[in-house]
Amino acid sequence: MQPATACAFSGLTIPWLRRCSSLRVKCSTSQRAHCASTSTADTAEPTEPIGPIEPIEPDPEPFKLKPLPYPFNALEPHMSKETVEYHWERHHRGHVDSLNAIIQGTEFAEMKLENMVLTSYNEGNPLPFFVHASQVWNHDFFWETMKPGGGGNPSGVLRDLIERDFGSLDELAKEIQNAALTQFGSGWVWLAYKRHRLGVGNDINPRPSEKDKRLVVVKTPNSVSPIVWDYYPLLAIDVWEHAYYVDYEV
Amino acid sequence: MALLRSIAISSNKTLTLARSARSLTMATLPPLPYSYDALEPVISGEIMMLHHQKHHQTYVTNYNSALELLHTAMDKGDVSAVVGLQSAVKFNGGGHINHSIFWKNLRPVNAGGGEPPHKKLGWQIDTDFGSFNALISKMNAEGAALQGSGWVWLAFDKELKRLKVETTANQDPLVTKGATLVPLLGIDVWEHAYYLQYKNVKLEYLKNIWKVINWEYAGEVYEKEAQWCDLSEENK
Repeated sequence: MQPATACAFSGLTIPWLRRCSSLRVKCSTSQRAHCASTSTADTAEPTEPIGPIEPIEPDPEPFKLKPLPYPFNALEPHMSKETVEYHWERHHRGHVDSLNAIIQGTEFAEMKLENMVLTSYNEGNPLPFFVHASQVWNHDFFWETMKPGGGGNPSGVLRDLIERDFGSLDELAKEIQNAALTQFGSGWVWLAYKRHRLGVGNDINPRPSEKDKRLVVVKTPNSVSPIVWDYYPLLAIDVWEHAYYVDYEV
Repeated sequence: MALLRSIAISSNKTLTLARSARSLTMATLPPLPYSYDALEPVISGEIMMLHHQKHHQTYVTNYNSALELLHTAMDKGDVSAVVGLQSAVKFNGGGHINHSIFWKNLRPVNAGGGEPPHKKLGWQIDTDFGSFNALISKMNAEGAALQGSGWVWLAFDKELKRLKVETTANQDPLVTKGATLVPLLGIDVWEHAYYLQYKNVKLEYLKNIWKVINWEYAGEVYEKEAQWCDLSEENK
């Protein structure tokens, strides 16, 4: 699918969105046209006689561990090669392997990862593999949140929205730090866009809050991803101890 | 009626005076009963030092701060501040309680660490779990399965008079799982308890920690709570 970079709803440029997902509020007209033109019509004639159908072996690896976008040492000195390697090779891979072990051969193996996270969250009563699905999603996002030579300041629409919703970049940084330091136990801190739509036709939120349709900082416990609460993540920070312990200890 | 009301008012005033005069007992970091490297090679000296001097100390410090803020809020009658402080008190206070028990649950090998429980606790373990090894397997399994941060406990239920394996999340103390549960043994499965040495192989940490468990302390707590009369008479 063509990488779509502009969310038609919020106007934010989100370059890492690679495919249409059910989370997209509204595809733009050109995106929809592209989807329509690339759908394949089933017109092929069968060339072989139809014989007994052999059972298809379930794919033992429905999900593959996504490669890191940069080498292990690329984030030094802020994050050591050792930490990145352990984090990706052991923790991230561990979740991918556990997820595959549980879902192979089930209908979940056909699902896209985001849908699997949302389905397995099960409205707060998570299915056993929610932890793994969500952590795979979270870590995929986490590696993209960082890049070698990154840092600096946001620009354009994102900077304007940060100034609108937090006052300044410094205020945002303070709020993120505060959230990270007050997360009791393991979890994640996110910069996210909070739409608070209900996902139904006429979408009038009976409990609107002043935080709707704004950028917010949100904490999630353990493996929960904010997509299950209908947030639209922009940045992810892993505050499980394994993410920083080797480099920063306490 | 007026008399009753004036009694109520004056007792209320006495209560208020008593509250302001209440003194705060702050928490303090208990010393470790052994040196930092005494549990090697099971738990490294580096981990013990960080765990005691940094993590436990932070819980103590933050609990004391929360306690002072709570005291002020209670004096002022600021109900929403009182309620808002509960999570900080629970987290940091729980951290202090849990770690204080944990240091007593560990013991160097040359001082008897790892010696299996005998006498009454040993008998109770056999009754409730089948065997000592079955208990260890169960605790390891529960500890390994715990997602995120938390503790795995061997608990004694005072009411039902039986042992139980329980887990708690984050720094929740064991009583949050049942008011009649008494902790005999707690194993910290937060990543900070093992990561520098075992990395993500939590199961290896859990399998090894039994070599330095102080069953004598667990037995003492159990016998005090269970208050059994001498069963050797019955078994004759």
